[in-house]
Amino acid sequence: MTALSTEPVTATLKTGSARKVRRPGDGRWAAVFLGPWAIGLVLLTIGPMMASLYLAFTDYDLLTTPTWTGFDNFTRMFTDPLWQKAMTVTIMYVAVSVPFQLAFALMLALALNKGVWGVGFFRSVYYIPSLVGTSVAIAILWRQVFGSAGLFNQGLGLLGIESTTSWIGDSSTALWTLILLRVWEFGAPMVIFLAGLRQIPTELYESASLDGAGPWRQFWKITMPLLTPVLFFNLVLQIINAFQVFGSAYIIGGNGGGPANSLLLYSVYLYQAAFANFEMGYAAAMAWVLLILIGVVTALNFWVGRFWITYSDD
Amino acid sequence: MTTNTRLAAVATRRRRPVPISKIVLTVVISVGAFGMLYPLIWLLFASFKPNNEIFAVSQLLPQIWEFGNYAEGWFAAGTQTFGRYFGNSVVIALASVVGNLISCSLAAFAFVRLKFRFKKPLFALMLMTVMLPAQVTIIPQFILFHSWGWVNTYWPLILPKFFGVEAFFIFLMIQFIRGIPRDLDDAAQLDGCNPWQLFWRIILPLLRPALVTTAIFSFLWSYNDFFSPLIYLTESDLFTVPLALRQFLDSSGESAFGPMFAMSTLSLLPPIIMFAIFQRQIVDGIATSGLKG
Repeated sequence: MTALSTEPVTATLKTGSARKVRRPGDGRWAAVFLGPWAIGLVLLTIGPMMASLYLAFTDYDLLTTPTWTGFDNFTRMFTDPLWQKAMTVTIMYVAVSVPFQLAFALMLALALNKGVWGVGFFRSVYYIPSLVGTSVAIAILWRQVFGSAGLFNQGLGLLGIESTTSWIGDSSTALWTLILLRVWEFGAPMVIFLAGLRQIPTELYESASLDGAGPWRQFWKITMPLLTPVLFFNLVLQIINAFQVFGSAYIIGGNGGGPANSLLLYSVYLYQAAFANFEMGYAAAMAWVLLILIGVVTALNFWVGRFWITYSDD
Repeated sequence: MTTNTRLAAVATRRRRPVPISKIVLTVVISVGAFGMLYPLIWLLFASFKPNNEIFAVSQLLPQIWEFGNYAEGWFAAGTQTFGRYFGNSVVIALASVVGNLISCSLAAFAFVRLKFRFKKPLFALMLMTVMLPAQVTIIPQFILFHSWGWVNTYWPLILPKFFGVEAFFIFLMIQFIRGIPRDLDDAAQLDGCNPWQLFWRIILPLLRPALVTTAIFSFLWSYNDFFSPLIYLTESDLFTVPLALRQFLDSSGESAFGPMFAMSTLSLLPPIIMFAIFQRQIVDGIATSGLKG
């Protein structure tokens, strides 16, 4: 009871409910205990969600009353070159950064689990970028590192490659610096993988090696299948998070979309629409499209997941 | 091959020599770890370099130690010193901690230990809000708080936490309370405890590890938050550390990297110190619930 159990998340996600003590008057107590949360749910979550759904069909600048415009915001969106750019940049960002981030996380977790000295120490060290990676300080650092006289070019110089390219200033490479920043933050999913690996009973490996299965075979027949629920969990979580990245892109892009809007992540464009141009209706429509997009991608993830996730207990 | 591996397995079990692979792997992982931390190490030393050295010299250690960067940076952003910005950040973060601890532990207790109508759909709703993208609520929330005159106050940053908006922590605590044996409840009830006493005297003390995890992550998230302060705070007296850093970047551009790095380094200290102290709780928190760092 002194520590949280290190069971992987996926195992605890099941809503198994134990026996319940029937008490008269629990309902009133529940109102007391759930009160704050319920008020928040209505006033700060569901209410605003409905309000933004309404605003999505209006023109609203925060000063005059909203005017109903039907589907105008949506038709505008699909013909807005900046929105299309934001969409392209975001999908590229998510589709590239998440697989690389998870690949590194998995590799390192496997390596650490294999038995090295100081696992705890290394786990912490590899986690630190996740701890600080989304901060403004790191975004400022990134601007220098990938600037024309930055650390990255200095490093290339040591390898004999002379470069004065500003990787952040060049619209063809800027997004890659942002992707690299996310990949650098692979520590958090790595910790989750490690916890998952710890759950795999060692007897499985022992009996497998007695049956003559080599390490390669053991990896594909035991480790990977049993790790698929954890991999799935990480995948779902990181995709949802990646779609919403704002701060790093905003700072690295110099309070905007960066060179030729190559860093115009969806959230950055949404922020500009709402809080720089005060097009609240348009921004609300964009927010709902994002919600639906994330919802569809997540649902798709769950559907595809049925074909590759191995559940050990059924 | 099969006999070989079997023999090898037996042999290692008997003698346990240090396998070469372990040495190699440890070395590779050490090098990787150094590479991962290099940008941060570099930042630390660059914060002591004069501006021309940051860009011209590829050496890690400064040739001239420019301690003045810290003094210069401290006074360089907005109308206040960085001391004020750190204070602002900490006040907001601590208030968020208190808010989350209260609202989330109450809700979690109800979801696990109380019986009430619509429990299942409410629980499902709660889980859905965990994953809800903030973008879809932020605009009406802004409009609401704006109409109440709360722009340039800390209320929009603090108050939602007192209403359990960060439902992730409710989920975390629910998982934990489920692990507390119900016999304790039953005994307490036989002694005539009502649900409040049960919560306050039995569950809450046992919930401490989850409370600690919640407190740590509430603090870190609030401290690192950039989006909400950016929207709600425009007066530089009220700025949090991330906003002050961004203002610094905007006002001095590339010309004052030394002082800017000095303040960036300082801004990273609170999370890193917290991590050093609460390493186990943080790592366990991520492992059990997928909390993002």
